[in-house]
Amino acid sequence: MSLQLPWTRKNAWIGVALLALALLLLPFVAGLFGNAWIRILAFAMLYVMLALGLNIVVGYAGLLDLGYVAFYAVGAYMYALLASPHLFEQFEWIRQTFPDGLHSSIWMVIPLSAALAAVFGVLLGFPVLRLRGDYLAIVTLGFGEIIRIFLNNLNAPINFTNGPQGISKIDPVQIGGISFGRSLDLGFITIPSVQLYYYLFLVLTVVVIVVSVRLQDSRVGRAWMAIREDEIAAKAMGIHTRNVKLLAFAMGASFGGVSGAMFAAFQGFVSPESFVLMESIVIVAMVVLGGMGNVAGVVLGAVLLYAIPEVLRLIAKPLQMAIIGDEVIAPEALRMLLFGLAMVLIMLYRPHGFIGRRHA
Amino acid sequence: MDIFFQQILNGLVLGSVYALVALGYTMVYGILQLINFTHGEVLMIGAMVSMTMVMLLQSLFPELHGVWIMIMAVAVAIPVCMVLSATIERVAYRPLRNAPRLAPLITAIGLAIVLQTLAMMIWGPNPKVFPDLLPTTPIEIGGAFLAPKQLLILVVSAVLMTGLIILIQTTSLGRSMRAVSENPKIALLMGINPDRIIAITFMIGAALAAVAGMLVAMNYNIVHFTMGFIPGLKAFTAAVLGGIGNVPGAVLGGLLLGIIESLGAGYVGDLTGGFLGSHYQDIFAFAVLILVLLFRPSGLLGERVADRA
Amino acid sequence: MPDAASLPPEGTPILKAFGVSKRFGGLTALDDVAISIDAGQIYGLIGPNGAGKTTFFNVITGLYTPDGGVFLLNGQAYSPSTVHRVAEAGIARTFQNIRLFAEMTALENVMVGRHVRTHGLHAGVIGAVLRTAAFKASEAAIKDHAMQLLQYVGIDRYAQSLARTLSYGDQRRLEIARALATEPVLLALDEPAAGMNATEKNGLRDLLRKIQADGKTILLIEHDVKLVMGLCDRVTVLDYGKVIAQGLPAAVQSDPAVVEAYLGTQAHA
Repeated sequence: MSLQLPWTRKNAWIGVALLALALLLLPFVAGLFGNAWIRILAFAMLYVMLALGLNIVVGYAGLLDLGYVAFYAVGAYMYALLASPHLFEQFEWIRQTFPDGLHSSIWMVIPLSAALAAVFGVLLGFPVLRLRGDYLAIVTLGFGEIIRIFLNNLNAPINFTNGPQGISKIDPVQIGGISFGRSLDLGFITIPSVQLYYYLFLVLTVVVIVVSVRLQDSRVGRAWMAIREDEIAAKAMGIHTRNVKLLAFAMGASFGGVSGAMFAAFQGFVSPESFVLMESIVIVAMVVLGGMGNVAGVVLGAVLLYAIPEVLRLIAKPLQMAIIGDEVIAPEALRMLLFGLAMVLIMLYRPHGFIGRRHA
Repeated sequence: MDIFFQQILNGLVLGSVYALVALGYTMVYGILQLINFTHGEVLMIGAMVSMTMVMLLQSLFPELHGVWIMIMAVAVAIPVCMVLSATIERVAYRPLRNAPRLAPLITAIGLAIVLQTLAMMIWGPNPKVFPDLLPTTPIEIGGAFLAPKQLLILVVSAVLMTGLIILIQTTSLGRSMRAVSENPKIALLMGINPDRIIAITFMIGAALAAVAGMLVAMNYNIVHFTMGFIPGLKAFTAAVLGGIGNVPGAVLGGLLLGIIESLGAGYVGDLTGGFLGSHYQDIFAFAVLILVLLFRPSGLLGERVADRA
Repeated sequence: MPDAASLPPEGTPILKAFGVSKRFGGLTALDDVAISIDAGQIYGLIGPNGAGKTTFFNVITGLYTPDGGVFLLNGQAYSPSTVHRVAEAGIARTFQNIRLFAEMTALENVMVGRHVRTHGLHAGVIGAVLRTAAFKASEAAIKDHAMQLLQYVGIDRYAQSLARTLSYGDQRRLEIARALATEPVLLALDEPAAGMNATEKNGLRDLLRKIQADGKTILLIEHDVKLVMGLCDRVTVLDYGKVIAQGLPAAVQSDPAVVEAYLGTQAHA
């Protein structure tokens, strides 16, 4: 006998409340097994934001961007440069202007990283506007790599990015006097730093989800989808495709920038290693798996494609030892195999994502 | 002037390899409008298999001359790569022939990742040495020096490329390939089986990539499971530079790109006052790609892409 | 039909074009073509295959740049250089091979047609994200207008269905509704009856008459001679890029040059 709940507004709100409660309590449960598991939750939120950002470019507007990680990098390095000792140590004039070192408030960083990433989004979008699908993919891939190469090499003759060594000692987030870099002692309970970040990212993710849904169901969203479906017809209906595409790049990039800044604060350290091509491909896989344009699907896709390999990484070795007696497949290899196969199988068997099509 | 000529020669060596791989990309794109992202990985597999064969032969027959080892190694690598490529086409691309263009692109990327990971699992994550099979004393040509293996690359590439062009222009198979490349539906009506021709096209490209793989391994004395990716991208750039779908274009594009890279790496330090060093070399290919697509997207010799009406 | 207020009075010229020419390499697709369409007319553009009809369409809707030609739309100089400005200027078209937004619903397809007539900050990103009152009002207006158009062409029961699930005839109607949503001065239809059976053609003829009765001007490419004769007020015949006859359908039909161009056959191509 199945439980049939009537789909009323009241029930929907109850469902949301229960979900919110579950998400708030989840880290406590995960924490019982160790902070590493809470870290997985926090990073999953970051990837959801990244996937939703790319979803605007790929899912709504149909532009296959294979270099999305560049925006992640822009946000991360921006925060790293504005909130760490690096520039302070490199440049005399910074030491003079900011004797206490460079620190940045989160209220400034979030909009700033969004804006800076959006600018890069437009810069990247401009040259690729007239390219057809596969060329667009390769050129955006090239841009992603170019950014990474520059980050890796802009340490001589002037040291901006500290090259392959990256930038460390990045300030943690501070809100209202509470530093997220330390655990929070509430008397009856102590919340570890990782969990504080999880809550922050959860809030940001909810905002991003709401923005995504609202954009989808609007004149802008329809314009994006029209371009995706048939660019010539869209133009014939008077849509300024150039501007609309640039808007997609800019909005998508801004989500990436914010994620990047949060990532830098969370990890305390950034290096070009975190922004390799594989990351861009992973995010594309998340959007594809979720069903391009489908917000719920992309969220689920991001969570699954991030969490499963991470969980495997934690249990793969003990599991393989227990069953086979030796570690046959390294966790990193497992993760890559999983992604590759997921992309191939989804395209062959469920090209509209595993949640399926919008309406019948 | 001597240095300049040396750079040109180095560029031609580099470019010959790009050309060999670019041919595979260009032929597939000409017929299917598909960037075969797995092509770079086929090169890598060719290199890996050659290396394994070389190690095997050297341990079994230590007296055997390098040239024989080389020939036997490539004789194994080529069929392996041909089968691999044909399988990829059959399993991953053919079912998606009528899907929106994004789909096979994503499948190709996924497959490339799978191939790389499998190679990592089979041959290990660390780079492996590819031993010298030919004598190493450089040969002097007009003031510049070429190692025998570099000369080999030039000669082998030239022979293969000429052979391919002759095949396409004069044989019946070549005519069928050109017909399918222009319009698969009409070709079908003329009694040509496009599926078969497409499979053959993939296999020819793979054979060239296998040889290129071994040549690269010989040139740098090293193999690694990631070695296919960047050369793959650059070869694709070369194909676009020459005009995608255009076979002589791929040759021209490959050679040109090699020369541009070689000269660029040599002179970029001087040109930018030391700001950009030669480790920015990889960016040249990307820069060329972006510039070509922005200003002359049909390439130097013009595109030849099928009618997908 | 919603918003029929601002239509030009009958008899005023809607589209005038002179000296239109277009060459593709050595091939002259259009050679000194002239056309004059008055408000409230249904104007037919016919001719054998390859005569240049779709080329002419593509020229006036910005898909091709003409090598020569002067255009006047609704009395104003008109330069159809960029495709997306064409709808703004007042020409809305349909396509020979239907170009709908397949994965969007019928309603959404028509709502996209309203894009060119809705402007302002409130309709853009900020309004969408903040869900301001002005945004909500704008969206409601767009939806209403679109719904009315779906009713007008007779497919409102498919409003929530994906465009690709509609029948062929309904897809053609949807394309027309979407074009009407841009509030065009001239509705340009490229072979709207192609692939239709007799019943569907009758339905199309009735719809086009209804649109004309509501004051719209229609330019039509068609192969179905019977449909054209029964529907069009005036006709231009192209052959090899040149105008070989122009005028009332009955007169054109019996023009010997026209008969010869069609090789004497009366059957539609």
